[in-house]
Amino acid sequence: MKFETVIGLEIHVELKTKSKIFSSSPNAFGSEPNANISPKDLGYPGTLPVLNEEVVNYGMKAAMALNCDIASETIFDRKHYFYPDNPAAYQISQDEQPIGENGWVEIEVDGEKKRIGIERIHLEEDAGKLTHGTGGSLVDYNRQGSPLIEIVSEPDIRTPEEAYAYLEKVKSIIQYTGVSDVRMEEGSLRCDANISLRPVGQEEFGTKTELKNLNSFAYVRSGLEHEEVRQAKILSSGGVIEQETRRYDEKTKKTILMRVKDDADDYRFLPDPDLAPLHIDEDWKERIRQEIPELPDARKQRYVEEMDLSDYDAGVITATKEMADFYEETVDLGADGKLAANWLMGDLSAYMNKHLKELPDLAITPEGLAKMIKLIEDGTISSKIAKQVFAELVENGGDPEVFVKEKGLVQISDDGQLREIIGKVLDENEQSVADFKDGKGRALGFLVGQTMKATQGQANPQMVNKILKEEIEKR
Amino acid sequence: MSFTHYTIEQLETMLRNKEISAEEIAQMSIDQIKAVDEDVKAFITVTEESALEKARQIDKDGDFDHNLAAIPGAIKDNIVTKGIPTTAASKMLENFTDPLYDATVTEKLADANALMMGKVNLDEFAMGSSTETSYFKKTANPWDLDYVPGGSSGGSAASVAAGQVMFSLGTDTGGSIRQPAAFCGVVGMKPTYGLVSRYGLVAFASSLDQIGPITRKVEDNARVLETLAGHDSRDSTSSKKDVPVYTENLQEGVKGLRIAVPKQFLGEGVSDEVRESVQNALQMYELLGATWEEVSMPHLPYADAVYSLLANAEGSSSLGRYDGVRYGNRAENAKDMIDMLKQSRAEGFGEEVKRRLLLGATVLSGDYNETHFRKAQQVRTLIANDFKAAFDQYDLIVGPTTPTSAFKFGEQADPLTMYMNDMLTVPVNLAGLPAVSVPSGYTEAGLPLGLQIIGKHFDESTLYRAAYAYEQATNHHKKRPTIGGANE
Repeated sequence: MKFETVIGLEIHVELKTKSKIFSSSPNAFGSEPNANISPKDLGYPGTLPVLNEEVVNYGMKAAMALNCDIASETIFDRKHYFYPDNPAAYQISQDEQPIGENGWVEIEVDGEKKRIGIERIHLEEDAGKLTHGTGGSLVDYNRQGSPLIEIVSEPDIRTPEEAYAYLEKVKSIIQYTGVSDVRMEEGSLRCDANISLRPVGQEEFGTKTELKNLNSFAYVRSGLEHEEVRQAKILSSGGVIEQETRRYDEKTKKTILMRVKDDADDYRFLPDPDLAPLHIDEDWKERIRQEIPELPDARKQRYVEEMDLSDYDAGVITATKEMADFYEETVDLGADGKLAANWLMGDLSAYMNKHLKELPDLAITPEGLAKMIKLIEDGTISSKIAKQVFAELVENGGDPEVFVKEKGLVQISDDGQLREIIGKVLDENEQSVADFKDGKGRALGFLVGQTMKATQGQANPQMVNKILKEEIEKR
Repeated sequence: MSFTHYTIEQLETMLRNKEISAEEIAQMSIDQIKAVDEDVKAFITVTEESALEKARQIDKDGDFDHNLAAIPGAIKDNIVTKGIPTTAASKMLENFTDPLYDATVTEKLADANALMMGKVNLDEFAMGSSTETSYFKKTANPWDLDYVPGGSSGGSAASVAAGQVMFSLGTDTGGSIRQPAAFCGVVGMKPTYGLVSRYGLVAFASSLDQIGPITRKVEDNARVLETLAGHDSRDSTSSKKDVPVYTENLQEGVKGLRIAVPKQFLGEGVSDEVRESVQNALQMYELLGATWEEVSMPHLPYADAVYSLLANAEGSSSLGRYDGVRYGNRAENAKDMIDMLKQSRAEGFGEEVKRRLLLGATVLSGDYNETHFRKAQQVRTLIANDFKAAFDQYDLIVGPTTPTSAFKFGEQADPLTMYMNDMLTVPVNLAGLPAVSVPSGYTEAGLPLGLQIIGKHFDESTLYRAAYAYEQATNHHKKRPTIGGANE
């Protein structure tokens, strides 16, 4: 039997407002345990939540960027569960009326474009963090009350590859809006996945499992791939899928049963009587709408049209806002659009991947890259030398003109100087000269190489080719 | 001499004229606490030293201009006080010696230079109507020590009636200020929801809870409420309306005021003595120039059931935080983390609290959330609409505060009988309205009765006017329980 896979993702994104959603404690990553807390964050008796309006602004911005309808009136609900990471024994969330609904994003897999629906986006508070050790369990409440949005997709995703593309797209859009760092390694983006299979042609959904502990986009894809196979095997052999929560194991790349879900998951939702209903009028919505910057798809389109980049290149350049902004500034400073794109996609991306660094971590600036590209274009340095200059810019920054001068990397384009050097090279390699004259074209390559070696790579390659041929003719 | 013979206003004048010192007033309060608290058992914590220190400072600075300068008061022990234990009368918080911060009302009293004499007893987490569910002690009714003071603010009402303090803060979720005020023959005001900040009030049911003052005199009550009321940015349900000076209009009388008397307030379960005292009060209002009519508020009979569902649902949510992890009772011999949570709660809560938590959690679970909780919310709106309709035609609603006078300890062992004490007070909380209980006479056995006056939202001014006119026209407020030396 052939099966169709149905996937839905729940993405939690931590908003980077200065303070927490319901208290004035700092909302910061990486502080000492329990440094950013107040009696409210600890669930002390008598404390009350006060909504941080900036969180609403951020949440609304993200929801708008993801094409959601924004609620005009919304309320907050208490979601109850007992656990030491949850000091009030309820998490304040939005159950009945989320801030955003009916959104979508467009993804592209293998050249096919597809729209993935977003059912809802709601605001909620994060919980504390437990660490279990031999001496007992420790709890850090720094993250308690950090503002989150939960983005719940429609079950529109059909392959793990689509799930990956959807994640990339959502991350990119949120990053453009500036409301979150969306860094999975810091926990500011987290993802749970629901997956089920159904026979091709069947309308009704199959029983789903929920995957947790998906700590990178690649793990999401890998976990879903494994789960797809596991479920297909069970169904093909006439078995049934249990509704359960499974943990992805990074080492074995398998999913492992955490717990069987039953109907006892009852959060006893209660409209929070401590918080008044929130009214969002049209003026407020419009004010936020004005703040949304150009989003990745629009920018990509612009680069295809204005910079003459290919669809693929424009997609890579605009995938992160940092890269796109860097690119745009470089071009604004006069660099050729295509050359700039090539450097960013080639050497720069390779460097970041190799050293696991993000663009802001590097010393290179758009000014540096633009100047370097100009030096190539006006023949001051060769492309080969440029690689050396680029490495310097990435590691230490600085002005490429100064660096090229100091290191004496300026290209030798003086005709007389080159003829003298080439004369010596030909004297030392008479056999190669003879070979070339006998029609062995390869010999010219060797002679070019020898000339570049003699000039430490600084000779102007076009001129070397031309002068070599002329000087060989003379012999 | 005792301060109980004076109003706050009179005491302030004497202070300014140097006829009495702040320290003397503080000492009177301490003396009376020492003299009678062994019998009355109103106090959980007495803050003698800090009160005396503050009084001496006031004398030294000659600073008598604050609204409550040198006036001794007590705070119900479910309102947090920085550096002072706040127990909510529960084993759960027996060792909760420092809540780390002051409630807004605690701060306001301190800023008004009031003398905080201590923390007073209540039903555990304010869940009860007799103060018998307190983990620590059973407060007695100063009029007859065999009787309960009412609840949950039993310690607050008893401490005022026994002459230990000039005022006491109570909290009222379903009648917890008004009912003990009625039982103890004092004045108790439950303000409009949102008038007084709840920041620092140990929550029972956040949509119903309000803090309010209990005093011997209406005038004093108005003065304390002036100090407590006002917007607080730390409470999102706090009103931004300007607060009138209630004491300014007290003497304007009730001429022309239209009073509604819901017939449901005088129906089944209301004792003859109570009914008679209300009828006498209505006659008095007629004499004073007001008019009254009987009205029907058809949804009032559902108020008890609705209250029981909503208050306990919210209560089960509010009290989830007591798990022994960060503060409060922690079980010693738990076998793991989750077991610790369970054991800590099982040990820390008393029987009545557990009954309500179970009821409340059930109401929010599964289908009950829709069939009971949501339904109760809808009926709550209908009850509020009944009041709205009445207030379209009338200025005040009047009736008894309680169906009977105070009962003896242990007399109402059946919880359902106990819950009936609130039947006349809970509708007010459901509608978020202000209501005051004023002394309206005594039973043959000599136990006090209370008249409940209900007003429009944020119309505490008219309430106080009406309460004051009635108080001044009758002698009920002049009678005192004979306990200790101070009341003679």
